[in-house]
Amino acid sequence: MNAELIREQFPILHQEINGHPLVYLDSAATSQKPRAVLDALKHYYEWENSNVHRGVHTLGSRATDAYEGAREKVARFIGAARTQEIIFTRGTTTSLNMVASAYGPAVLQEGDEIVITPMEHHSNLIPWQQLAIRTGATLKYIPLQPDGNIALEDAEKTITDRTKIVSIAHVSNVLGVVNPVKELAEIAHRHGAVMVIDGAQSTPHMKVNVQELDCDFYAFSGHKMCAPTGIGVLYGKKHLLESMEPIEFGGEMIDDVGLYESTWKELPWKFEGGTPIIAGAIGLGAAIDFLQEIGMDAIHQHETKLAKYATAKLSEIEGLTLYGPREREVGLLTFNLQDIHPHDVATVLDASGVAIRAGHHCCQPLMRWLEASATARASLYLYNTEQDIDRLAEALVQTKEYFG
Amino acid sequence: MQLDDLYRRVIMDHYKNPRNRGKFDDDSLTVDLNNPTCGDRISLQLKLEDGVVKDARFTGEGCSISMSSASMMTEAVKGRTYAEAMDLASRFSSLMQGEAVDFDEYEELEALSGVNKFPARIKCATLAWNALKKGIHEEE
Repeated sequence: MNAELIREQFPILHQEINGHPLVYLDSAATSQKPRAVLDALKHYYEWENSNVHRGVHTLGSRATDAYEGAREKVARFIGAARTQEIIFTRGTTTSLNMVASAYGPAVLQEGDEIVITPMEHHSNLIPWQQLAIRTGATLKYIPLQPDGNIALEDAEKTITDRTKIVSIAHVSNVLGVVNPVKELAEIAHRHGAVMVIDGAQSTPHMKVNVQELDCDFYAFSGHKMCAPTGIGVLYGKKHLLESMEPIEFGGEMIDDVGLYESTWKELPWKFEGGTPIIAGAIGLGAAIDFLQEIGMDAIHQHETKLAKYATAKLSEIEGLTLYGPREREVGLLTFNLQDIHPHDVATVLDASGVAIRAGHHCCQPLMRWLEASATARASLYLYNTEQDIDRLAEALVQTKEYFG
Repeated sequence: MQLDDLYRRVIMDHYKNPRNRGKFDDDSLTVDLNNPTCGDRISLQLKLEDGVVKDARFTGEGCSISMSSASMMTEAVKGRTYAEAMDLASRFSSLMQGEAVDFDEYEELEALSGVNKFPARIKCATLAWNALKKGIHEEE
């Protein structure tokens, strides 16, 4: 895989920011979009735009084919057994909230348990908090190891026969750890609980196969994997999705509507009330084609190599604390410079054209665990190069001099 | 370089040697504010008597902009009437909008004028002032 050639396909990367060539290191927040995705959106709006599933006219069929074609691409991409198991949503947050509100109340009784970890993004934490409050269930946390990893022994102790839902990030958006979700799913199933995986930070960067993981639900966002904002996916096992009631009622999701009662369409459409996110889904399909042409394994290898390079490079900087395990296979580097607030770091870096993120990364409980009020985070993707890391390191050294 | 506009020596001085940092050991009016998007926090204590801000102290954590702004604010408002303090706060907002404002009472505040070029950082600079306004409102 040649990152230099890949960069060529991302128009936004070829600009100057504050007088310096842009180095974009905030892909964990949102990725940039390749020409192929931008073209697919343009093509859709110029040649196919129409509402789906009901147009008798030609454009209606084209739009429906493109939209449902995107669903097939998603199903293949994550190894789902059926396209019916792929629900298009607004993003990971919506997907996780759907599970919490459509699945949760039906299975939870007072005293039952929901198990998560302290490293969860707010979107995989607050829906469960709220669900626990509403149902009287107990929210439990698998504790973290000192380096931020989860130990399976701890999971064994935390998950019990009263646990009905286990929901855990596949990859932490702060620590850069890859969680043993397959093993966690086994433990959950042994106790009769379902396994929900927040795949926001994994799906864009590595091969995911929901059947191999044997998870019950898997949620991810398009915008972090080269697709537009506003499109995401909820994968769910068919029998579970069938048992759930729709969340939104209205057009598109109905079978027969009477004055006092109605029935729903079959899966997946019963969860897609209203005109769906047609262009977004088509953009996601184009992004999947783009990523698969390069190969998810090649992307993962590239990022692992780059993460190793970055870890070494950042470790050379005196006074820099890198959070999470030393060894990491994903390109997420969360750090702090001694005595310099991460906002100040991010502002000085921005002046050098280097875009990183600073703040709590929607992980306030994890920040407390790290004993940091905020951190800086550089996150990598397929278009980043060693040169980007060098620019980051140089800018960090300059930042130290500036505040020194 | 733009950065030198932002991090003037004054700002760094207030950041590294904050004035009025700490707590009164009494039950002075306390206002806790945070900036949920970035995690900056301030706990501002005000001694308000007879319509005058007699004294102010703060604790908290945040970037150089938020903490130096808090340090300057506490210096600037000491001894001012509520009306004067609120007027300062409103002129500080104007400064953040890029307007030219003179602070004859406490010129160091003008050091923060460069922040208006960094829209993402304006909320850092205004955090302490928002706490002040909240405190005076509560008292009134």
